[in-house]
Amino acid sequence: MTYKQRIDGRGFDETRPIEAEVGIIPRADGSAMFKIGNTWAYAAVYGPRNLHPKFLQDPQRGILRCNYNMMPFSSSGERVRPGGSRRSKEISLVTEKALFPVLNLEEYPNSVVDVFIELPQTEAGSRCAGICAASMALADAGLEMKDLVSAVSVGKVGDKLLVDLDYSEESYADGPVADIPIAIMPNSDKITLLQMDGEVNKEELLKLLEMGKKVCRQIYELQKKALKEKYHEADG
Amino acid sequence: MHRELRSHIIKLLSADTRLDGRKSTEYRKPIEVKYGIVKTAEGSARVRIGETDVIVGIKMEVGEPYPDTPDEGTIIVGAELLPLSNPEFELGPPGIQAIELARVVDRGIRESKAISFKKLCVEPGKKVWMLLIDICTLNDAGNLFDASSLAALAALRDAKYPEFDGEKIDYKEKTNKKLPLEKLPIAVTVAKIGSEFIVDPDIDEERAIDSRLTVSSIDDGTLCALQKGGDYPLTLEDITQMVEIGIQKAKELRKFL
Repeated sequence: MTYKQRIDGRGFDETRPIEAEVGIIPRADGSAMFKIGNTWAYAAVYGPRNLHPKFLQDPQRGILRCNYNMMPFSSSGERVRPGGSRRSKEISLVTEKALFPVLNLEEYPNSVVDVFIELPQTEAGSRCAGICAASMALADAGLEMKDLVSAVSVGKVGDKLLVDLDYSEESYADGPVADIPIAIMPNSDKITLLQMDGEVNKEELLKLLEMGKKVCRQIYELQKKALKEKYHEADG
Repeated sequence: MHRELRSHIIKLLSADTRLDGRKSTEYRKPIEVKYGIVKTAEGSARVRIGETDVIVGIKMEVGEPYPDTPDEGTIIVGAELLPLSNPEFELGPPGIQAIELARVVDRGIRESKAISFKKLCVEPGKKVWMLLIDICTLNDAGNLFDASSLAALAALRDAKYPEFDGEKIDYKEKTNKKLPLEKLPIAVTVAKIGSEFIVDPDIDEERAIDSRLTVSSIDDGTLCALQKGGDYPLTLEDITQMVEIGIQKAKELRKFL
């Protein structure tokens, strides 16, 4: 089956509309909002701060802790029960692994950097939106970073390779679907998140990663712009 | 309790000012109510009072009524004190602070009879609408009680029934039908510190107050719920004054809806 045109009229290499903003949670040490289409993520960073209980402490360096959470009303179906699910725990884990490589926590032994990601509204691509928001929030917290992290999903719907799948594409019934969330450190092209559901062949996968890299660079520019806006205002 | 902070606040209040320059019965600015911000919810609102920032979303379900009220729907209020919103909040199931917040908001709506539960009945004894009202804090800069109550009420005003064919709900389709909202209960928390009363305590003032009284009232000034908190007792004279302040300030807050 051929997937001729995307329902919302986007090009196959085009994301949904993106909004990014930094510093929206005054109580946090760093915070950001990232919205892509109908998927909307907030991230707040607290720390480096003392880590309790003590046995979790690492005397060599600080640790990073991420928590991904969907608000109870954030799904278009039934209410999401509060408290972690197996899914949200796994996403928290891969988010942590996606962000850790850009941080340098060696100067903060026995400490923790907490990243809390909250989603008021979701429609596909929520882990990537969370990672984009979190990486901006880490920068806003003033932590030393080697790079930002930009994330997007790429995939295959019917016979087409495309970026940033929406809900109708994730659940496309008339052909094969592959959904591949990736995160990239845009300055070195290193990949820090890679998951996949569905089926593609090796050549398609490599093509998709190239498409993802390109889009992540566009997202990176938006993230940088949002950070500069806040700090530009602060200068003025 | 922070003793030095407390005596400093009392000293300021004797000159009718506060840490941030407000008068004793003045709310922070701006007060902002935004409707329908979450598309996945049947009703939603975001309320900001100063830097305090709260989102409330409502999901609607059809379920079985309670056996003792077979022809009445119901509301279920939950509060998540998200660790993203305050460095002292932790992950995990709702603690006592979150439970108290949810119950105070619940009582304001329930006891004012703002919503006629009988009108939420679909089929007596079998099917009624249940309103699942969830409060999520984005930034806790103090006075979550008043911000959450206001946001819950705004979300109720915003809510529209989803499509329901008698068997299943189609959450993708919203109808134009609004909830049967008959009154507008507003919560105002009045705090006592020394012999002074203040409204809308910020995060520092919350640490230093002796006691608080959350006063929920409807449009004509009738009280519908009260909640006393804090470690110190109140006299009858205190309560008289606090209730009066609560009713007056509710009129002011109602204008932001």
